[in-house]
Amino acid sequence: MTTATMVGLIIGCMLVTWLPRILPFLFVRAITLPPILLRWLQYIPVCILSALVFDSVFEKRGNIVVIDWLHVIALVPTMLVAVKTRSLSLTVIVGVVTMALLRLLA
Amino acid sequence: MQQTTGTTEDTFIQGVRDCIPTLLGYISIGVAFGVVGVASNLHIFEIFLLSVLVYAGSAQFIFCGLYVAGAPMSAIIVTVFIVNLRHFLMSLTIAPHFVRYSALRNIGFGTLLTDETFGVAVTKLATEKRLGGNWMDGLNSTAYIVWIVSCTVGGMLGAFLPDAQQFGLDFALIAMFAALLVLNMQALQKTKIMHYLQVVGIVCICMYGLMYIVPGHVAVLLSTFIGATIGVWRET
Repeated sequence: MTTATMVGLIIGCMLVTWLPRILPFLFVRAITLPPILLRWLQYIPVCILSALVFDSVFEKRGNIVVIDWLHVIALVPTMLVAVKTRSLSLTVIVGVVTMALLRLLA
Repeated sequence: MQQTTGTTEDTFIQGVRDCIPTLLGYISIGVAFGVVGVASNLHIFEIFLLSVLVYAGSAQFIFCGLYVAGAPMSAIIVTVFIVNLRHFLMSLTIAPHFVRYSALRNIGFGTLLTDETFGVAVTKLATEKRLGGNWMDGLNSTAYIVWIVSCTVGGMLGAFLPDAQQFGLDFALIAMFAALLVLNMQALQKTKIMHYLQVVGIVCICMYGLMYIVPGHVAVLLSTFIGATIGVWRET
């Protein structure tokens, strides 16, 4: 049974995820972003994507941050396929298959 | 996505096509979310509602974790906000390329923005230098529908599903981020590559250090901020 509290909670979560997504689209229409900010934004794709990858490479275990070697090893063929083929689909498939094989062996 | 030269048409169907490589990621994570949702005592309707209204993988997982742990409403909402704050930076990055469209359409582009559609869009931007609204709508809607269906199906399958981890499916998302990173780097001018590699190195060091003191999702946000700032500062 879904309670009103639950619906309220989900709507609360919706608002805090929706507003950060749409506000930039509205305010860039009203104001011109300063050139320095535009230059800064050019770095965001590479920074965010690499941070998301490193988020899977590092893992906090107890009090220390360790390297998840399984992920590092699986990333090697994945990155190579990406560099060679420039195909997103093929890279994802190679990544998943490599990870499945590694887990089978480990 | 395979074509790195020339400009593709701004059509809805091209957006749908460019979304296809990301779908394995959506499906595996979505189904996993449905399963976790059921295990966290969420009703199937609540799983559906979360995927429709919140539409954010990591935020939805954290929602389950906190809900099952009995966290207060305020704590859940604040955490979900922080986990998804990176979307603010993503929207800010691509929004300047859509100012020629109406406010309403821009709300549409922003509402359905995710890590994956952002990744595909910036990669297209890096290679083709422009983004079209119809293409963006095609990309976004495909991802959105597939996400809702995957989460709901995951919720229905519930406990019957084997552990997705053993098939390596959890790695689909990481492989995709890695591929998008490579594609973005390859689109750079040759003279800029060393500079960007240094920025990636800085992000790496920041992630390692920050993960000692903050959760991974906060580290992603801070590392991006630091990496981009040092990148601009060290430009020549």
